[in-house]
Amino acid sequence: MMSDEFNSGLADGRAVYRLYPQAVPTAFAVKKLDRAPCLRACPANVNAQGFVQLIKAGKFTESLALIMERLALPGTIGRICPHPCETDCRRQEMDESLAICALKRFAADQADWEALPLPQVERREEMVAIVGAGPAGLSCAYHLALRGFRPVIFEAAPEPGGWLRYGIPAYRLPLEVLNREIDYIQKLGVKIHCSTTLGQGRTINDLLTREGFQAVFLGVGCQESLRVPVPGTEAEGVLWGGDYLKGVAAGQGPDLKDQRVIVIGGGNVALDVARTARRRGAPRVTIICLENAFEMPALPWEVEEAGREGIEIMYRWGVKQLLAPAGKVTGIELMEVARVFDEQGRFAPAYLEDQRATRDGDVVIMAIGQKANLKFLTPEDGVALTPKGLIQVDPDTQATSRSGIFAGGDVVSGPFIAVAALEAGRQGAISIERYLQGMDLKEGRELPLNPLTEGNWNPLPKGQSRQLRVTPDILPAEEWAKGFSEIHLGFTQEQAMSEAARCLSCGICSECLQCVATCQAQAIDHGQIPEIVDLKVGAIILAPGFKSFDPSQYEAYSYASHPNVVTSLAFERILSASGPYLGHLVRPSDHKEPQKIAWLQCVGSRDAQHNSYCSSVCCMYAIKQAVIAQEHSKAPLEATIFFMDLRTHGKDFEKYYQRAAEQGVRFIRSRLHSLEPVPGTEDLALRYVKEDGAVLNETFDLVVLSVGLEVAPEASALGRTLGVELTPHRFARTSPFAPVATNKPGIFVCGAFQGPKDIPQSVMEASAAAAAAGELLASARYSCSRRKPAPAEQDVAGKEPRIGVFLCHCGTNIAGVIDVAALRDYAGTLPQVEHAENFLFACSQDSQKTIRERIEECGLNRVVVASCSPRTHEPVFQEAIKEAGLNPYLLEMANIRDQDAWVHMAKPEEALEKAKDLVRMAVARSANLEPLYKQKFPVTRAALIIGGGVAGMEAARSLGNMGFQTHLVEKSQRLGGNAWNLVVSPRGYDYRGYLENLIQTVEHHEHINVLMNSSVKATGGFIGNFHTVIATPGGDLELGHGVTILATGGTPLLPQEYLYGQHPKVLLSFELDQAIAARDTRVAAARQAVFIQCVGSREPERPYCSRVCCTHSVESALLLKELNPHMDVFILYRDLRTYGEKELLYQEAREKGVVFIRYDLESKPGVAGTPEGGLEVAVRDPILERTLVLQPDLLVLASAILPNPMAEVADLFKVPRNNEGFFNEAHAKLRPVDCVTEGIYLAGLAHYPKPIDESIAQAKAAAARAATVLALEEVAAEPLVSIVNQDLCQGCGLCELTCSFGAVHLTTVPGRGFRAEHLPAYCKGCGLCAAGCPARAIDMLHFRDRQILAAIHAGGRG
Amino acid sequence: MGVKFEPKILAFLCKWCSYASADLAGVSRFQYPSNIRVMLTMCSGRVDPVFVMEGLSSGFDGVFVFG
Repeated sequence: MMSDEFNSGLADGRAVYRLYPQAVPTAFAVKKLDRAPCLRACPANVNAQGFVQLIKAGKFTESLALIMERLALPGTIGRICPHPCETDCRRQEMDESLAICALKRFAADQADWEALPLPQVERREEMVAIVGAGPAGLSCAYHLALRGFRPVIFEAAPEPGGWLRYGIPAYRLPLEVLNREIDYIQKLGVKIHCSTTLGQGRTINDLLTREGFQAVFLGVGCQESLRVPVPGTEAEGVLWGGDYLKGVAAGQGPDLKDQRVIVIGGGNVALDVARTARRRGAPRVTIICLENAFEMPALPWEVEEAGREGIEIMYRWGVKQLLAPAGKVTGIELMEVARVFDEQGRFAPAYLEDQRATRDGDVVIMAIGQKANLKFLTPEDGVALTPKGLIQVDPDTQATSRSGIFAGGDVVSGPFIAVAALEAGRQGAISIERYLQGMDLKEGRELPLNPLTEGNWNPLPKGQSRQLRVTPDILPAEEWAKGFSEIHLGFTQEQAMSEAARCLSCGICSECLQCVATCQAQAIDHGQIPEIVDLKVGAIILAPGFKSFDPSQYEAYSYASHPNVVTSLAFERILSASGPYLGHLVRPSDHKEPQKIAWLQCVGSRDAQHNSYCSSVCCMYAIKQAVIAQEHSKAPLEATIFFMDLRTHGKDFEKYYQRAAEQGVRFIRSRLHSLEPVPGTEDLALRYVKEDGAVLNETFDLVVLSVGLEVAPEASALGRTLGVELTPHRFARTSPFAPVATNKPGIFVCGAFQGPKDIPQSVMEASAAAAAAGELLASARYSCSRRKPAPAEQDVAGKEPRIGVFLCHCGTNIAGVIDVAALRDYAGTLPQVEHAENFLFACSQDSQKTIRERIEECGLNRVVVASCSPRTHEPVFQEAIKEAGLNPYLLEMANIRDQDAWVHMAKPEEALEKAKDLVRMAVARSANLEPLYKQKFPVTRAALIIGGGVAGMEAARSLGNMGFQTHLVEKSQRLGGNAWNLVVSPRGYDYRGYLENLIQTVEHHEHINVLMNSSVKATGGFIGNFHTVIATPGGDLELGHGVTILATGGTPLLPQEYLYGQHPKVLLSFELDQAIAARDTRVAAARQAVFIQCVGSREPERPYCSRVCCTHSVESALLLKELNPHMDVFILYRDLRTYGEKELLYQEAREKGVVFIRYDLESKPGVAGTPEGGLEVAVRDPILERTLVLQPDLLVLASAILPNPMAEVADLFKVPRNNEGFFNEAHAKLRPVDCVTEGIYLAGLAHYPKPIDESIAQAKAAAARAATVLALEEVAAEPLVSIVNQDLCQGCGLCELTCSFGAVHLTTVPGRGFRAEHLPAYCKGCGLCAAGCPARAIDMLHFRDRQILAAIHAGGRG
Repeated sequence: MGVKFEPKILAFLCKWCSYASADLAGVSRFQYPSNIRVMLTMCSGRVDPVFVMEGLSSGFDGVFVFG
C-alpha cells in the first residue's frame, strides 16, 4: 500500500497504478523504489516484502514459491535464522519489527510438501558432484536441479543435513521439517550418497578426471570442534560441543541424569549444548562465558530461554584448568576476565590471574568453536586454502583456485549463519551453470544487494497507531526441558495474515511477480533496467515543469498534521470526478460535505523565507476552485479567499474574478495570524488580520492552501548538468529579448522552468522553443524522417460486401464480462459476414497480422472490430486494414468494452445482449460503407504577417530563419511600433539597441519582404492556400500565402481623467520614460512623484488588467530613486500585480523607500491643480484610515493598453474578437496563438496586453505554428465532409445559415437559380446541413443517411 | 405476465463530447442500465428527425440524443 501521488495522498494507491489516470487511463505503471531493507539485509536477498505481501493476501502457495526461488530450505531457515532482515525492518521506527522469519516458516509449514509441484525444466546431462549435504551443498544441489541438472551429493555422515541435522537440536528444528525439505530436493532429481567419505583412494581430482563429473562443489562446513590447550581436557568426563551434539542427534551421547554439567563457551553452540544437556537429564547446567551479557555472541533470545530452563550463566570467567584429580573430572578452576577484546576490537582475552574461583561438576563440555576439517583434500586436487585453514574462493563466484571446483558455506566463511551458506550454494550453482556453458563467471551476473543506510523507501505512514507484532503460540515453559519438542509453534493463518499486514511495503512494488503471471498480454517486465541511450541532436528543449510547494514545512498552516488542511492540488483531486471521492465535494477527515471553505493565498510564494517570487497562477486557480466548489456543493457553500493582492492579470481573468465576487465568493484582503484545529471538532479556526488592522476569527470546515510553484531539485540539477545558468530561485535564466533561449546556444527552455506561469503562457513558450529550435535546424528538416510506403488498394466498387468481424477479449476486460466466443458465433450468423474470429488482444501486433491475412484469405472487403472505443483505436485498425489493401474507411467498430463490458460488469447476460445488438448494427452499417479519400491541396510556402511591431518582426524573423518566404505588412512608414516608446533601459536591458538590431535584420533578411505604408484590402482561401490583396503605395499587390499571422498591436489609452493633457506635470508611463531619457527638467527638479495605477484598466467599461503597468511603474519608481534617492515616490494602486520574478522588483522598491498606497475603485484618488501651478493628489489610505494629500511634481498615469482598432482586419480574416476588441484565440489554454480559422495565428498586443518578452515568445510561437503548415508539401482535409446533390437542391439557403464554418453557400447556377455549393476544405463534418436540408439534397460522407439508417434498422430488430 | 418492461433505447452520441463521456464512464467503471444502443455521430446536429422516427418504427422504445 502506498499513498496515491496523483490524488495528492488523499487515497491509498497500489504499486501497479494508472500513471496518467486522466490522459492515458488504460496505461499502467509499476512503482518501484529501492528494494526493501529486509531483502537487502538478508545474505540470500530473499524477497521478504514480496512473500509477506503474498501472505497478507492469503496467497500462501505463491508466497512459498517466491521464497523458494532463492531458498532451498524455507521451513528450516524460518526456524533457525537469526534474521538480519528483522534487524533492518523499518517498522521498528514505529513500534516493532515485522516477524519476517516466523512468516517464512508459516509459508513453508502451510504447504503440503508431498504435493509441492516439481518444475518442468529441460534436462541437462552434465554431471556435477557436491561434497557435503549440509546447507551449502543442499542449496547448490537444489538450484542446479532447478536448472535441469541431476547433481550427486557425497555425504560422510549416515544421513543428509550436515550441521542442520547434527548440530541444531530438535527443539529448535524438528527432524521432520528438515527431512521433508531434503526429500523435496531429492524429488527434484538430486542423488545423495550418505556414509560416503572422500579423500585418499577417491579424491576430488578422481571425481573430475576418472568418474566423469564436470564440476564439483565443496560444502563440507566446519564439522570439527576447536580444541584449546587447557590442562585437564584429556580427563574422563570432558566432552567437545560439536561432537556431543552430533552424538545426541545420532541417538547416542551420554546420559546426563544426575550429572552436574559445566559448559564452556558463549556462542550459540554452547547454548545448544547446555539446553540439550538439560534435556538429557542434567539437573544443573552452568555456562562459563568469557564475555559479559552484551558481548556474548549467542543470540539474546536463546540466552533468555536458557535462563527460563534453569541454566546458569557465569559471565566474564575464563578456564584456568579442569580439575581431575583421579583422571575423572570433578570440577573446574576459573580466573576472572580482565578484557575480552583489545583496543582494536580484536578477540584477545586477558585475565586477572589472582582472581580465581572453582566450580564443581561431573561433566565439562567444551563448546568454544568449530573449524573445518579438510583432510579429504589432496595435493592433486589443486584447491588452495587460506591462512586460516579455509578454502580460498573468489567471493563473487565461489570459484576455487582449481577451475571447475567451487566451494561455499562455512568451509569458506568459517562458522556463520545457515542462510549465508544457502546463498553460497546458490551462487555456486549459478557459477557451475555458467562454467558448464562456457560463459564468463562474472559478466552480467546479478549482483547481491547490500544494506543501504539512506534508501529511497515508501515513507512511514503518518498518524497510524502503534501495533505490536503478533507473537506465535509457544509451548508452556515447564514443558521445555522435559524433551526435545519444538518450543515455538508457529503462526495460525489469521495470525500470519494480520502480522503480514503490518508490513510497510518499503519498496512499494514488492516484486512478488504475481502481475507477470496474471497479465495475459505479457506486458510486464520486471527485468527492465535504466538504459543509457546516446542521441545526436541539434537542439535541446528543457521543459521539466515545476513541483508544487510542500507546505508541511510551515507549522503555522497545520498542513502536515490536520487532514482538513489540504493543498490546492489535493483540492483539485477532491473536485475531480476521477478523484478519491468521485467528485463528491467532501472533506478528508470525516467525508462531511463542507459548508465553509477557506483558500489561503501565497503559501510558498511572496515569502522571504521560502520563495520570494509570485507564483503567478494561484490567485486565478483559487478563484476557479471556489467557483467550481460552489457549483459542486449541494448545500450553499461559503467560499472565502484570503489574499494580499488579487492577481488576475491574464486574458479575461479579471472578468472571471468579478463574476466570482458577484456569485458570492468572498475575497478578504488580509494576513494570516494562525490556523488551529477547533478542539472537539474536525474544523479549523482561522485568525487573520484585515487591512485596517482588525483581528478576526472564523471557523472553516476545510482549508485549502494555495501552494506556489517551484523548480524541482531534479530540474535544477538537470540545468546545472547542461551548464544552463539559473536565477537565484533556480529558474533558467533568459533575457527579455530571447525568452526561450538559455545562456547555452542550442539549449532552449519553456514552461515553468523558465519562471512560474500558467498554461497558455507555457503552451506559447513551448511553441516558441520549437520555433527557436526550428530556426537552428532548418537545414536539417526532414533529414531524419522516413515515409511509409502506401500499399495498393483493393477496388470494392460494385462488389457484394464480404464482412469480417474481429472480436477482442481485451484480456479479461471484455471477456471477463461478455462471453466473446458466443458473440463470435453470433456474429458469424449475421448477413454478409464471411468470417468471425476472436482475439485475446485485437490490437496486438500478431492479431493485426492475422486480420490482414484473413482479409486476403477470405476475400474480405469490410471489417468490423468489436473491441474498445473508436476514439482511441480506430486509427490503429484503419492502418491495419490499409496495409492489407482496404480503404481505411471500410472499417467499423463496435464499442463493447468502454460502453458495454465496463459499465455492465455485474450483468454479463445483458452485456452480451447489448454486444450482439452493437455488433449487428456495426455489421449493417459496414455493409453500406464506401471508400473515402483525403483531399489534398498543395501548400503555398509563404507567410503573410500583418503588423510590423516587435511581434510581427519577431515572427517574420523566425519564419525567415526557418527558410520560409515571409511578407511583412506595416501600415505606417516605420517598423517597430510601440517598442519605440521603450527608451530607458531598466535592469540594464537595452530595449532601443534590441529594436534597432531587429529592424536591421528584418529589413535585410533574404526571405523577408517588408511592405511599408500598406494594408490588407481583401483576402480569401483556406489553410495552405490563402490569397490576399495588399494595398501598397505602389498599387495593389496580390499575394499567395499558406498562413497568416495577425500582429496588429495595441496602443496606450489617453485618459480623460486626472488632468491628463491639461497639466504639464501629468504624464503617461511612456512619456515619463521619454522625459527621463531626455533629461527633462521636470524629472530632475522633482522632489515628489506619484504614480496612479489602473488608469482606465479594471474599470466597468474596460474590465481587464493591462498586465504590464504595475511592473512598469515599479521599474520607473526605481529609476527615479536611482536618479534622486531623496525623491519621495508614491505608487497608488488597487492590487499590485508584479507576477513571477517581477515581484522581486516590488520588494526592491519597498526596500528603497517607494511608498505603496492602496485605493479602491469606489474611492479613486482625487487630482487637482493648485493656484501655484502645482498638483494635489488626495488618496484615502486604508491602513491609516484617513485621507492623505500629496503634492507631486510629477504625476504618472499607468494607463490601459487598448488593441489597435482592427474591426476591418478582423472581418476580412473572419477572426472573432472579445468585447474589448482583442482577437480571440481558438482555445484560451491549449491553442493560445491559433485562430479558430485554421492557418491564421496571433501574436502580441492584438491578443492581449503583455510585456515585450511575452510578445516575443508569442510571436515565435505563432511562427512555429505557421511552420507546421509551411513545412508540408500539401494539406490533407478529412474526407468526412458533406456533399450536395444540386439536382435535388432547391436553393433555400438553410444550409448556409446552419453552417458555422462557411463550408456551404449558395451560388448561382446558370439556368437553375440558386443552388448550394459545398466547400470541403472548410467543412468540419458535423452534418448539420445534411440533417437540416428539407430537400435531402445534402448527405454526410461516412455518415450517410443510408449508413445510419441501416444501423438503426438492424439495431431495432434484435 | 410479471415481466418488467425494459425499454430499448437508441442513443445518438456526439464523437467530441457525449461519446467521449460514455467512454469515460467506462474507464471510470460507472455502472448504468444496459438499455441503450449507441450510434456515434460527428455531431448531435447530424441527427435527422427521420432517424428518430425510423428508430421508433424499427423497434426501439425510445431515442436519446446527447451532445
